[in-house]
Amino acid sequence: MPMLEVTELGISFGGLRAVDELSMKIEQGGLVGLIGPNGAGKTTVFNMLTGVYRPTDGGIRLDGENLIGKKPNEICRMGVARTFQNIRLFPNLPVLDNVKTGLHNQITYSLFESLTHFGGYRKKERAMDERALDILKVFDLDGMASYQAANLPYGKQRKLEIARALATDPKLLLLDEPAAGMNPNETAELMETIQLVRKKFGVTILLIEHDMKLVSGICEYLYVLNFGRLLAEGTPGEVLKNPEVVTAYLGE
Amino acid sequence: MNKLKSYAASKRGRDSLLSYGIVIIAYIAMQAVIAGGGLSSSLKGQLVPICAYIVMAVSLNLTVGILGELSLGHAGFMSVGAFTGIVVTTALADAIPSAPVRLAVAIAAGGVIAAIAGVIVGVPVLRLKGDYLAIVTLAFGEIIKNVVNVLYIGRDASGLHFSLLSQRFELAEGGKMIINGPMGVSGVQKISTFTSGVVLILVTLFVMLNLINSRTGRAIMSVRDNKIAADSIGISTTRYKLLAFVVSAAFAGMAGTLYGMNFSTVTAAKFDFNTSILVLVFVVLGGLGNIWGSIIAAALLTVLPELLRAVSDYRMLIYAILLIALMLFNNSGLKRRIIEKRGLRQMEKLEKADMAGKGGA
Repeated sequence: MPMLEVTELGISFGGLRAVDELSMKIEQGGLVGLIGPNGAGKTTVFNMLTGVYRPTDGGIRLDGENLIGKKPNEICRMGVARTFQNIRLFPNLPVLDNVKTGLHNQITYSLFESLTHFGGYRKKERAMDERALDILKVFDLDGMASYQAANLPYGKQRKLEIARALATDPKLLLLDEPAAGMNPNETAELMETIQLVRKKFGVTILLIEHDMKLVSGICEYLYVLNFGRLLAEGTPGEVLKNPEVVTAYLGE
Repeated sequence: MNKLKSYAASKRGRDSLLSYGIVIIAYIAMQAVIAGGGLSSSLKGQLVPICAYIVMAVSLNLTVGILGELSLGHAGFMSVGAFTGIVVTTALADAIPSAPVRLAVAIAAGGVIAAIAGVIVGVPVLRLKGDYLAIVTLAFGEIIKNVVNVLYIGRDASGLHFSLLSQRFELAEGGKMIINGPMGVSGVQKISTFTSGVVLILVTLFVMLNLINSRTGRAIMSVRDNKIAADSIGISTTRYKLLAFVVSAAFAGMAGTLYGMNFSTVTAAKFDFNTSILVLVFVVLGGLGNIWGSIIAAALLTVLPELLRAVSDYRMLIYAILLIALMLFNNSGLKRRIIEKRGLRQMEKLEKADMAGKGGA
């Protein structure tokens, strides 16, 4: 059974059919890319997978469990975490607290302990600090733990967002254009980080990306969207040679 | 790594220490001045209201500064607390002879009833955002005021009697009206004291500062900073918005009880829109999310009109100019420079300590 199974997914906004009859299967441990020209509906697919939009047709199953109709925070607790195309950090919180917020449902204590700091507060907070620093270390951000997130340079903000998503201990990680706005060096570094994350955290990854070098370099399988419909799927080698895909990207 | 962590921790610790320190030192100083007879009676009368306003400002800071939602009806919860407190103390006048204990019970009851009002108001209001939310809280504040305005509560040998709009009950011989509609309450036994006010402030600070530095507080701040992101990492945004709003309402209720038990006459009209705005001014001038700032702003701006009585003709003029000056200072580069300098000094100090081998958290 695939980990994520999307069947004939579709959504309409008024008269606009943004995504139509999209079917995908992602196996446990896979690293899969979702590509397509601007406006193809890639981010809309992510928003449906994470409960931000409710699809008008079709089904989404994670390890056999239905995700449709669930709220974003419920879907996160079921094991789907994501990053955003336009970075969405908690800008006024320190870097460390951004990750600790991701640990909210992982290391817990009661409201009473929050208000009084009695009981397990100290122990649990220390465990949170340690876990958060461990995750930050993977992204080489541990030295900036006390910086306000808004003060980080752009590339590091993208990494922090991935770190925060990983803190929720996801089965499936959705990355929305992780290399957007990065220079070639930073992109190369990011490719390494993504592969390291996959190995170290044992997550399945689905990513949206425009950078063909990144996509063909690390993805094992690609889905190509165009005008909300699946145009092609297959290994990067097959897909990028497909004349229809080339036309969709470059025009006739 | 340890150095950086200890810097963040030390900043939080310093803010908490500053908040407690200001209150305790101010309390001791005031006691000394009172003992020396250096306080005029009009200023003495301001002591309990100052405490109540500090609690109001700190609690509103939770909604406005920490949760990031503008509430314009905070005085409504203060009103709920004040009248709950008055009913409770009158009802328990014989059962609990000790005034401080009766006050403590009344404050707790005021907090609970205001929290319930917070849930009733919060559930529909928190579905809205931004300006819409602010306007609806304003409306709820006025609704609470108007409901209390037509509330009649009396007590006689057979127990408590309630009615709305007009007095529809007859009190038996020896019975007494507690809340008499728009006439409000008169003949309240004044049992609030400066000491009880300071204790309430310290309890409020304990709860607020703990809350901010906890997983619940982080969840609330994450909703403020980015609701969609908070939702995406498994935080139920509705739950934490409501939680912050209710805690804020509960403390406003407690402040209301303290305030109500300081006057022999209280009417619902006292807790109107102007009071809500006044408290909001304390919060904004003290700095959003800055707890010790709220304390200083509330104390200073409550006492200022009294102090300016000597130049009575220019009183409101000076008050307004000071407000504007504070606003300008809050937005100026001067304040930022002072804060940055302090931050840099801290970093340098920690670095030095680290090099000397004494660093680390």
